[in-house]
Amino acid sequence: MKSLILTTGARLLIALFLVFSLYVLLRGHNAPGGGFIGGLIAACGFAIHAFASGVAEARRALRVDPRVIGVLGLVCALAAGLMAWPLGFDPFAGVWGEVAGYKVSSVLLFDIGVYLAVVGGILTLIFALEETL
Amino acid sequence: MNWTLALPILVPFCAAALAFLLRNRRGSGWISVGGSVLSLILALQLLAEVLRHGVIATQMSAWAAPFGITLAADYLSAAMVLITAIIGLAVALWGMAEVGQISARMGWHGLFQTLIGGVTGAFLTGDLFNLYVWFEVLLISSFGLLVIGGQRKAVDGAVKYVTLNLISTVLFLCAAGLTYGATGTLNMADLRAAVAAHPDQGLMTVIAMMFMIGFGLKAAVFPLFFWLPASYHTPHYAVSAVFAGLLTKVGVYALIRVFTLIFVGDQGYTHEILLWVACLTMLTGVLGAAAQSDFRKILSFHIISQIGYMVLGLALMTPLAVMGGVFYLLHHIIVKANLFLVAGVSRRLTGSSDLYAIGGLYRSAPLLAVLFLIPAFSLAGFPPLSGFWAKYVLVKASLDLGQGLVAFVALLTGLLTIFSMTKIWAEAFWKAHPDGRQPRLASIPARARVLLLSPMIALALMTVLIGLFPDPFVTFATTGAEQLLDPSAYVATVLERGAE
Repeated sequence: MKSLILTTGARLLIALFLVFSLYVLLRGHNAPGGGFIGGLIAACGFAIHAFASGVAEARRALRVDPRVIGVLGLVCALAAGLMAWPLGFDPFAGVWGEVAGYKVSSVLLFDIGVYLAVVGGILTLIFALEETL
Repeated sequence: MNWTLALPILVPFCAAALAFLLRNRRGSGWISVGGSVLSLILALQLLAEVLRHGVIATQMSAWAAPFGITLAADYLSAAMVLITAIIGLAVALWGMAEVGQISARMGWHGLFQTLIGGVTGAFLTGDLFNLYVWFEVLLISSFGLLVIGGQRKAVDGAVKYVTLNLISTVLFLCAAGLTYGATGTLNMADLRAAVAAHPDQGLMTVIAMMFMIGFGLKAAVFPLFFWLPASYHTPHYAVSAVFAGLLTKVGVYALIRVFTLIFVGDQGYTHEILLWVACLTMLTGVLGAAAQSDFRKILSFHIISQIGYMVLGLALMTPLAVMGGVFYLLHHIIVKANLFLVAGVSRRLTGSSDLYAIGGLYRSAPLLAVLFLIPAFSLAGFPPLSGFWAKYVLVKASLDLGQGLVAFVALLTGLLTIFSMTKIWAEAFWKAHPDGRQPRLASIPARARVLLLSPMIALALMTVLIGLFPDPFVTFATTGAEQLLDPSAYVATVLERGAE
């Protein structure tokens, strides 16, 4: 069922959802938020797109198979956990470094991994349900 | 030492990610096998470390216990991790010959490694909430494995499986929440003292019962077992084998861990219930099996009755009984997984798993007959195979306590197990094939034959080895039982390292 109101509104909403999800992801380091909830918000954005314009369109907008996104998230999280090994830290200990004056850490990489895993996992389920129902 | 505990969990996940990303290539199964080989090496290293130190523990990201996530391994955990790795490797190899390109494209190998990683994580964690997370990992990956490659029937079984297991995990989560609310900690070692010191012991017993039901559903004990026979006979045989070997044992392990380490305050109540549950589980499982005529369904019901023996060891709570329970757990995983693998090969040779529609395997595939006889007799408790020692110890432990009825039930279950195994033997192996087929092992292509038979032969050899030389295994299980009954070393190791 196509609804003009929903498709028009969805364009605005998706952009809002995606930006807000990134905000929540980055905010999560020291305040409530983080990869999990950020991932859920981003998945909501694509889910709205799927409801408004169909799953095929949403898959095209996503460009990558959601399962691959989920597994790449797993890879990011694993890399963040294993990074401590060659440096002699405990498993999953935060590794900090500085790039061009900005502090970067394996903690952020782990959170991004969670974000991608959640986006991939949720969208795999939602797309599959939408396609079979 | 810190990485010794973490790597056995991380490696399967790395293998899972790689196998999934390369799932369209022909060799993606070999990534899974490679990951399993690495896991086996790491599990051996972990066991060596545990043998040297008794108990080892580490904290994720160096957040001190009881606040961070603890990974800890005593004898039981280390042995379970090793056996998980052994079964993982055996089934990964065996699965290469069974799981086709279609299932591989859907990500079968990745899900399989995720499952192994989840099982390993559940055995190593020292934190109740973390255990819950591993249960979720197991549930998600096992659901995927149940559905892939199956038909409508598989989805039906999978839905039953997931619904009932979700109830179990929700109950577990509620119990964990209540525990946290009442004691303020979820670290298992820390909980031992916190639960004992709690003023309201009645509340603690209620929480303990919630854990018992949650884990009991996972372990498929009476009367919560009905999901198991409904789902285990539908997916790939490789999946059934790894489920039969490992999944329910995670529930048993969680029961053992929680009811030796944390909830020991009201043993007259909790362990009495466990004792009845154990007896009824043994009996109903074996009686259910007697009514079945499908190869895998008979074996599925036998899992249930065998779970009863393990719970029996926990319920009696004497050093000998817990030792018997631990020994049973270890021996059973090898035997049961192997029986499912035999069922898989027999299905491939004869074209059906219905015992009345197949036959003639003894004449045409004698090697398969031998490979069936070893685990089957071990399961029934024939000397000198591994199952004999496991049953002997448990029966002796119950007689020592004057529990004659319990010993009788255990022996009766053994007898009825022989009945079912004889039924499979007579129908699938002894009688001629109804259609006159002569299913030979040589009809399987050479590469597949090696992949199918070598893990089965290795597992059968392990069964014989444990049976003929039980001494080191009994000594190991005895120390393991001592650690379980007196977890002071476990508690000290976990909390001391946290205090550093």
